[in-house]
Amino acid sequence: MHDTTGQSDNTFTRRRFLHQGLTFASLAATTPLFVERSARAMTLPLGSLIASQPGVPEDHVLVVVQLGGGNDGLNTVVPYGDPAYHRARPALAIRSPRDGAAQRNGALTIDDNSGIGLHPNLTGFKSLMDDGVACVVQGVGYPNPNRSHFTSMDIWHTANERAQGHGWIGRYFDNTCGGTPVPEGSIAIGREAPLAMQGSIQKPVAFESAELFRWLGEDLNPDLGRTYQKINRGGELPDVEPESQLGFLMRTALDAQVSSDRIRNAMEKTPLVRYPRNRLADQLRTVAAMIRDGMRTRVYYVSLGGFDTHANQAGSHGNLMRQLGSSLQTFHSDLKAQGNSGRVLTMVFSEFGRRVAQNASGGTDHGTAAPMYLVGDMVRPGLLGNHPSLTNLDQGDLRFNVDFRSIYAAVIEDWMGADANAVLGKRYPKAKVIA
Amino acid sequence: MQTATRIPALDSTLRPLASRDFDYWKAHHLLVRAGFGGTPEEVRSLAAMGLDDAVDHLVDYRSIPAEPVAADTFDKDIMRPATTQERQAARRARTRGDEAALERFRRDRQRRQQADRRQMRAFQRWWLRRLIETERPLEEKMTLFWHGHFATGYRTIEDSYHMFQQNQLFRRFAVGNFKQLAHAIIHDPAMLRYLNNNRNVWRRPNENLARELMELFTLGEGNGYTEDDIKQGARALTGYTYRDDAFEFRAEQHDDGPKRILGRTGPWDGDDFIDIIFTQNYVSEYICLKLYRWFVHDLPDGPGGPTTAFLRRMARDFRQHDYNVKPLLRSLFRSRHFYHPTNVAAQIKSPIQLIAQSIRSLGTPPRDFGTLLEAAALMGQNIGHPPSVKGWDGGRAWINTATMFVRHNVLLYLMTGRGADVSARRRRDEPSARPDRNRPFDADHLIAHLRGTDGRVDADEATLYLLRFTLGGEPHPDRVELLRSFVNRRGGRLEGPMMTAALALIATMPEFQLC
Repeated sequence: MHDTTGQSDNTFTRRRFLHQGLTFASLAATTPLFVERSARAMTLPLGSLIASQPGVPEDHVLVVVQLGGGNDGLNTVVPYGDPAYHRARPALAIRSPRDGAAQRNGALTIDDNSGIGLHPNLTGFKSLMDDGVACVVQGVGYPNPNRSHFTSMDIWHTANERAQGHGWIGRYFDNTCGGTPVPEGSIAIGREAPLAMQGSIQKPVAFESAELFRWLGEDLNPDLGRTYQKINRGGELPDVEPESQLGFLMRTALDAQVSSDRIRNAMEKTPLVRYPRNRLADQLRTVAAMIRDGMRTRVYYVSLGGFDTHANQAGSHGNLMRQLGSSLQTFHSDLKAQGNSGRVLTMVFSEFGRRVAQNASGGTDHGTAAPMYLVGDMVRPGLLGNHPSLTNLDQGDLRFNVDFRSIYAAVIEDWMGADANAVLGKRYPKAKVIA
Repeated sequence: MQTATRIPALDSTLRPLASRDFDYWKAHHLLVRAGFGGTPEEVRSLAAMGLDDAVDHLVDYRSIPAEPVAADTFDKDIMRPATTQERQAARRARTRGDEAALERFRRDRQRRQQADRRQMRAFQRWWLRRLIETERPLEEKMTLFWHGHFATGYRTIEDSYHMFQQNQLFRRFAVGNFKQLAHAIIHDPAMLRYLNNNRNVWRRPNENLARELMELFTLGEGNGYTEDDIKQGARALTGYTYRDDAFEFRAEQHDDGPKRILGRTGPWDGDDFIDIIFTQNYVSEYICLKLYRWFVHDLPDGPGGPTTAFLRRMARDFRQHDYNVKPLLRSLFRSRHFYHPTNVAAQIKSPIQLIAQSIRSLGTPPRDFGTLLEAAALMGQNIGHPPSVKGWDGGRAWINTATMFVRHNVLLYLMTGRGADVSARRRRDEPSARPDRNRPFDADHLIAHLRGTDGRVDADEATLYLLRFTLGGEPHPDRVELLRSFVNRRGGRLEGPMMTAALALIATMPEFQLC
């Protein structure tokens, strides 16, 4: 109702209006105006519409793991060697590998010279690092950090500081698909498709469980099934405005039928390794099955919530760390057994880290910069960049060293083989994360 | 939907619809949006009341008897705090290192948590049944609105009785005063726990409640407040906590120093904080937009369009009525704007709307509430477990390729009792032996009024009516053709199982997801 940004750009003020205080997820591209606008915003040389660059094979896959709620970076990648860390967190600080050795609650060693280790429950991730197939990028963030979950998440999803526009993965497809959406090009596991995957042309497939991914009425009577197929595989009926609610519903119905065929096909085999039973591992197992089946999907998206640890965080954060480490490790060994670990890059992020000082509730409040994690045979392994200072703070929060879009740029260009400037709409120095 | 006639301009005022224009289809729209729809007969009797009485009937529901809530519907003591003796016993066991006793305490706690999770599921079934069966649909629909607005999730608070108490609060204030409800919510144990205000003390303020109070509950993100207002507001809320099932103000934890909030300085407490927030027009604007999206359209047109002006008038109306929701909804439901063709069959049904409206309008047996809850969760709306403090996004966020299949399958389940494996993860601890679980669905009543003197129904006429009634608007000619040819291929008589088959197909039409 009130455009407080003073933006004169119609598209953005309209978006503000539509979504004021509410999420953008799955609502992208609701207006023809918006579609037209964002297409124009990316005035590209014709050549950039070609899917791949020379030397970058088409079979590269990206798996994004979202940690929702704001993962406590300082208790994930632990600066145990810094006294300021222990001062700021008398009850929550994780001890050094030596001090904690007896009770096995000390940090896991990765770089003892700089006094930086991993949460004691991240044994799975530690072994990936030891094998040279994982890296930690320290101090990742963006200017003028926003401490609202929703806004900060939207900023990460859009790669835009005002949280405006389509998702960055959606735009990657929009830029490389030559004008038509890639069916099953991007798949999200979960109830809601994330904003990151919404492009103006490309829309993600999203589902939570493959066995329910069809209409069970087809079993009742063949004529019923045929008529159902006519209704749902027809796409948009004549005279239906494509951007209307109805146009959107008709397109989604068609997408659902097409995806159902492929995905149920992929799920039929037993995985090559045993997965732990947890929410993240379940999702990654599904992703691994689809990769194994040779689906042409280029981006998968999974997510784990529960990181908003305002109170009594030690126990719950510890459980999440164990889930994260063991799931990533199992996923990687499955891909390795399949012979696919060289073509799948996994990237882990959260919308922000947490404040340096603990709060009075045995938890931590919303913060800013935090590490990102990448896994795969192609990553430049180890601890990358510098740990942000724990004493030179910005209102109690860490200052970022690496803009997250520098990592997106590297992933887009060095891994996915597209023009990062065109996708991100701006030039960011590429982080050296791909070997 | 397709309309051949010229569409009048969308009103930018709350000007009421002319009484003579309130017909069967307008009554249908009203009943669907202010409630969860009804059978053809119920729509006819609402239409017969005329516009004003029909709106009053829905909005002034207090005269309609409601199913009372028995005091012992839920056990309030499952998660009660430990008594002094229990705490002492536990302390003694710890100091003595009495492992057996400690293990007993742990087991007891686990047992209580399990019992509470069972009670939470019983509460969800209880509420879903009310949503489906109530004679006061607007009361439940607004209760659901507030649950999504002041979103509180069970997993964080782990106390089913507090969830039930909060639910009763929302029901009491369903169409009541929003400002009073905002006051009440900062006294509500479930909310205080959910946003950690029980840990907000003057030495170490916790900003969670203060932030969401402004960002999500009243002003809307970025609307006229700063990070500093949040910090000061958090100080005002210090000491607002609860003991067992009731609010408690702890003066010794409250910061009674001066705070500057939204430009006003004083020794404010949490209730002053609310009063200060409500001096801002953003509050009425923000809530009216949310109510508009809930009742009228998911995607209001942009700035400068008629809806902007309409929303401004709604907000002014809301302020003039001192934040009373009832008069606001009364004028909304009478307005021409509300009945405009762009606003009819234009909203994506929430999963609860889909379930409740299907049962109420088609008259299917409700089957099994536990299964329906699982289906609603798979469609993205697990009542009692909103995805975050932001509640549910609604609109297009409900729809993706997977929820589409669940939407198709849950209707099939309601109509046939089959495909109950919409829920793969059914739990065993819930009684589900409802007598109508396997009852066949008899849909012939939907077209009974079309029966001629010879007792026969014209199939072409009936398919058209059925499409209009279920889709809430004029069906696309291709759909009419498709359904007629399906019926004709299979004998041409629209009754019994043929009715069910036709409805099962209609329910998979993308249009069916709109209301």
